[in-house]
Amino acid sequence: MSTLLFAAASGAYGAKIHTPHIDYLSILPILIMMGGAVLLVTASSLFRQVMGVGSATFITVGTAIATLVAALFQWDHVVTHGAKVTIAGSIAYDGFSVFIQIVVAIAMLLTALIADGYLKREGIDGPEFHVLAMLSASGAMLMGSANDLIVIFLGLEILSIALYVLAAFNHKRAESGEAALKYFVLGAFSSAVFVYGIALVYGATGSSNLPQIADYLSKNVVASNGVLLAGLALLLVGFGFKIAAVPFHMWSPDVYQGSPSPVTGLMAAIAKAGAFAALLRVFVSSFGTLRADWQPIVWGIAILSLVVGAFAALVQKDIKRMMAYSSINHAGFILLGVQAATVRGVSASLYYLFAYMFMVIGTFAVITVVARDGDSGHQLTDYRGLGKRQPLLALAFAVLLLAQAGAPFTTGFLAKFTVVAAAVDIHSYALAVIAMASAAVAAFFYLRVVVAMYSPVGAVGDLSDLDAGELDAGPISVASPANAPVSVHGQNDAVASLSVLTEGPPTSAVADRMVRVPGLTTVAIGLSVGFTIVFGIIPGPIVDFAHQATLLFT
Amino acid sequence: MAAVMHGVLLAATATGHASLVDWGTFVVAAAIVLSGAIGVVVARNPVHSALMLVMTLFGIAVLFVLQRDDFLAAVQVIVYAGAIVVLFLFVIMFLGVDRDENIATEPLRGQRPLAVALVALGVTGLLLLGEVSKWTTGALSVAGSTDSSTSNVAQLGTSVYTTYLFPFEVTSALLVIAVVGAVALARRPPAVVTAPDPDDELVDESAPAAADAHQEVTP
Repeated sequence: MSTLLFAAASGAYGAKIHTPHIDYLSILPILIMMGGAVLLVTASSLFRQVMGVGSATFITVGTAIATLVAALFQWDHVVTHGAKVTIAGSIAYDGFSVFIQIVVAIAMLLTALIADGYLKREGIDGPEFHVLAMLSASGAMLMGSANDLIVIFLGLEILSIALYVLAAFNHKRAESGEAALKYFVLGAFSSAVFVYGIALVYGATGSSNLPQIADYLSKNVVASNGVLLAGLALLLVGFGFKIAAVPFHMWSPDVYQGSPSPVTGLMAAIAKAGAFAALLRVFVSSFGTLRADWQPIVWGIAILSLVVGAFAALVQKDIKRMMAYSSINHAGFILLGVQAATVRGVSASLYYLFAYMFMVIGTFAVITVVARDGDSGHQLTDYRGLGKRQPLLALAFAVLLLAQAGAPFTTGFLAKFTVVAAAVDIHSYALAVIAMASAAVAAFFYLRVVVAMYSPVGAVGDLSDLDAGELDAGPISVASPANAPVSVHGQNDAVASLSVLTEGPPTSAVADRMVRVPGLTTVAIGLSVGFTIVFGIIPGPIVDFAHQATLLFT
Repeated sequence: MAAVMHGVLLAATATGHASLVDWGTFVVAAAIVLSGAIGVVVARNPVHSALMLVMTLFGIAVLFVLQRDDFLAAVQVIVYAGAIVVLFLFVIMFLGVDRDENIATEPLRGQRPLAVALVALGVTGLLLLGEVSKWTTGALSVAGSTDSSTSNVAQLGTSVYTTYLFPFEVTSALLVIAVVGAVALARRPPAVVTAPDPDDELVDESAPAAADAHQEVTP
């Protein structure tokens, strides 16, 4: 039967199929990342008895470093040999894609270091966390290299589906499951919208390949462009969901709050990196000729994200919710570079993504350790007096928060400066002014946390004074005052006696206990802070790096 | 069924009544699709809803045949009507069929009139747009013409192994995620062992010791 079919097939359709040439170097980092995940899941099922969290972390860190090395090698190769399109037009191999590989590989490395301490503390065993994180990272990398709308969609799904599961990873917290369900339902909905957009763009241009779309649009004047513009709009909605831009941001505060803290950091870093990479490539590179149509919409989304992100973060009491709105605000800033749609805008967005990745993962590393057992201490009161108890941790957190606020001599300042400069370049003055104003508003809520850390835990009278005062008398007043000392005293009676160890004055009888910072987490925080400060003072290398990471077609 | 439809279409083409037969088939298939879709929402018994879904999917398969897309029609019947709805039925059976939902109580007040209004608005807008504007851009598909002599399946197969080789291979990552994710979600955390231990004193002794050890770690 089978031979008969084969004979019939070769008889009727004799043409031999020429499979495309696979340029393995162009997808090497993705292959390593996926291979690491498969290796880990295989090894852990074969050696279940001997493999703990530590060895899973070891393999993950090794994979991330190997990916990073491969990406750096790619960078060298692209610089010397030039960019190209490979694997039947599915993959773009250019500075831009390699840049995203590097960002995501570092994000994975830092997250693996943080997750190690988290998993041990929460008693979650099993390698699935690292496996899913690596697969998710490979999806983000795929989005950075994708040269075809289908590949972008697959990257988006690989990235998202793994993150849905990771969001639900902490069985002990009900919020974790709730976050995952919300993320899944809204994410699946946005994916459907995105696919619909792909279908319409394919219908309008006859191709899903990005250069071919650009080619078609540059050679034809599309007079009746209803389908095309509808497709464009739906693609933008799909991307808007992933980057959490207003008005598609509704999922983000709940999901950020409910997910395990290391996952939130990873989510913020790689989902933004992957989605923005694809957004930049699709809109700047393929739909560049239609920029008059989409620029006003991106302009509006950017302004909404900047304003809503900054003002909504002001009223948050939960630090993870606050960071969610802060990430919405950051998305607005990165959209400034997208809206510019120039070479300068693209490199500014890339630089912002790189800087933001370090800042946000470092921030969530500190949030992870301060949350303590059960991953629940996310109120501002939990940060009160941290500067006294653990000065180094508080200093690191302060640096990361100030960098996010855009303080000078950090990468955060330069990131904001470059995107605003890109916006000014194309005369979007209103957008630039609103962005800077929102940065000023945003500085307030970052400073509120910093002030809370460095304000003394204080006597009860002190706190009740604040309680009596007006709400805007001082940032620290937001911390729920009367409860803090009482609850600490009540719960940790035994621990309070340990606070003798702290060098504080006798009033520290109500001092909170110190938090334990695992060694690997310290390394991750150190790397984040180090990068943020060193390349904030010496900006040259990274700025040049982002500047060279150009798109293949612009 | 698909083959029969195709045969009818070919015969009609031969006799020159293609447009009439096309139109007639479209109307019948569209009626099947719409009545099935309405049935899914209206039916009180979830099993009936699932069967109505089969009807809708079957109507869509007929529409695919009408577009000369035999392969998609077959896949539609095999995968959707065959596999996925059967899976739905399994889940419904597991959860219990007789537990029919009380539709009278609305979780969101006023959602039904709002839904009707929005759908009416959307359909009206769509029809108006279809009437007043020309939406197509005139681009041809890259996968190939539908009128060529090569069969549909052969064209799709060639695409999958040439142009879309990489996306096709990458899909495997999704399957890995599905397996690992299912394991991670389905595995409950090891339950706290609260079996009645004969020597309770041992447990009582060990508990404070563990707590002490924990406290030593915290500073």
